[in-house]
Amino acid sequence: MKTFVCIKYVPDTSEAEVKLNPDGLTVDDSRFSFDINDADNYAVEESVQIKEAQGGEVTVLSIGPKKSEVMIRMALAKGCDKAMRVEDERMYGHDPLMVAKVLAGAIKGQEFDLVLTGCMASDDWHMSTGVALAEELGVNHASMVNKVEVLDGKVKVNRELEGGLLESVEVELPAVLTIQTGINEPRYAPIKGIRMAQKKELNVVSLDDIGVDPAAVGADASGIELEKLYIPEVVSTAEYLEGEPEEKAEKLATILHKGGLL
Amino acid sequence: MDFSLSDSEIMIQQMVRDFSQNELAPIAADLDREGRFPQEIIEKMAALDLFALPFSEDYGGTGDGYLAYVLAVEEISRACASTGITYAAHCSIGTGPIYLFGTEEQKQKWVVPCAEGKMLAAFGLTEPDAGSDAGGTKTTAVLDNGQWVINGNKCFITNATYAGVVIITAVTEPGKGAHGISAFIVPRDSEGFSVSAPYEKLGLKASDTAEIVMDNVRIPENYLLGNRGEGFKQFLQALDGGRISIGALSVGIAQASLDAALDYAKERRQFGQLISKFQAIQFKLADMATAVELARLAVYRAAWLKDQGLPFTRESAMAKLFASETAVKTALEAIQIFGGYGYTREYPVERYLRDAKLMEIGEGTSEIQRLVIARQLGC
Repeated sequence: MKTFVCIKYVPDTSEAEVKLNPDGLTVDDSRFSFDINDADNYAVEESVQIKEAQGGEVTVLSIGPKKSEVMIRMALAKGCDKAMRVEDERMYGHDPLMVAKVLAGAIKGQEFDLVLTGCMASDDWHMSTGVALAEELGVNHASMVNKVEVLDGKVKVNRELEGGLLESVEVELPAVLTIQTGINEPRYAPIKGIRMAQKKELNVVSLDDIGVDPAAVGADASGIELEKLYIPEVVSTAEYLEGEPEEKAEKLATILHKGGLL
Repeated sequence: MDFSLSDSEIMIQQMVRDFSQNELAPIAADLDREGRFPQEIIEKMAALDLFALPFSEDYGGTGDGYLAYVLAVEEISRACASTGITYAAHCSIGTGPIYLFGTEEQKQKWVVPCAEGKMLAAFGLTEPDAGSDAGGTKTTAVLDNGQWVINGNKCFITNATYAGVVIITAVTEPGKGAHGISAFIVPRDSEGFSVSAPYEKLGLKASDTAEIVMDNVRIPENYLLGNRGEGFKQFLQALDGGRISIGALSVGIAQASLDAALDYAKERRQFGQLISKFQAIQFKLADMATAVELARLAVYRAAWLKDQGLPFTRESAMAKLFASETAVKTALEAIQIFGGYGYTREYPVERYLRDAKLMEIGEGTSEIQRLVIARQLGC
């Protein structure tokens, strides 16, 4: 089983208040620590468990800056075999379709049975990169997967639907699965794994290296333009009634009457 | 001057932080209340190779060095200082002396299982009348028919109940003071070796501390550790390393106190605003954060010196002294910020204070640290 696992480097917004940069388009990330997207962490564990049961090889794929290599090496420390990091300022990261095209470009031309990735990223919540990636690769997909069973030439997966309903489907390989959190219990990387991870192959590539035309994944190619990010204004809708109790009661009755509540 | 950690050190720190916060922090209050030694946590730590951290690959270690080990001690202690001291005592002063002074054969026999986490180690220096005052050592070892016969009591021994091996000091040349003391490797299952019921302590209640009694314990002649008569000198060297880990433990507890106090100050409202908006509370938090950061720098630097093979006796004593006093002060201030709630068991800060106090006592009191530092200054 040859597997790719796509992971994203995201800020931990629980640590500090979100503040915007003056450009209004980016978040001030200087106060956050960054780590693997939660759902992607489960995808890494699933890929390693599949490898441990079936044999094969797992390649970590990520688009991100140099400092994300610690996250990538952590996936290698947990048992993934090698990694590829794409870094290129010319791609338009706000559009999941452009991201999917880049990921597909990195995977194309290599043999694979499965591509796993988290069902959504905790920073932009698009929930569409994995599905778009399947389209770009021209393979089957299943989303929101919370169980994977490997069969001959296909996988049987459970998909999580609304209201606690589960759907069981068989998907022919090769396929892309977007993994839901809770599918497994992600392991901690043992120290010896962390040591070994420093020696595993981690290729850093540009769009040119993976044969992706920068114009096809740039801002101009995208149908999405990020206008602005903003933090919703806190508006107060509470009205304080002043005066003696009789006056307050009268005012309240008038408001309720006007609002059609009396 | 480069203060950045290596990629693997950052990963070790992050992994141990995740492990400690997810697996240990949620049960730390219960462990303290029940006084329960968390065997299951020790096993998980062994599986993550945590016991292997400070030792070289030749002896079952990972070869990551002392700074990486110190990062682990800090993160574990931030969640549960009891587990922190179990871990630190095992690595630095339990296994440390065999790793530093053992023969190849001794290291293969004892360091390897200790580094693999298959066996816990303890360090037996302190006696009812001796500790830092080596001259008071009453335990004796006499060579008889190719075997050492050991008699005596050791007190305040961390991990005594669970250790598979204990490194002890005993007088081999009476009348020669510190120069007449030798160190020995004593297996836990030796005949005549017994361990008392654990002490009832103020804090660190989920760690094991007990007394060891050796009544005509016989061990092979080659269980002598290092040269005869150099036991006390060796133990002082082992303690130089041990003090760095007590410093790391202290930084972990102090950070936990700061974390708890800061979170509380940002939630608690009085007089119509968050108490974190009051300058009186802000100044406390600013002082706490500053002291924690300085203590951390001192501890990391001492560990770095040790990893570089440079002298670190003075720096480790300074780091231990400053970090342990910071841990106590920070815990006290955290309680003050919590007010009445801080004095109850509903919140963790009273535990942090009880745990922190031992840091000013174990592996040389603050007074002894000042003596060590003064001696290093040439006094």
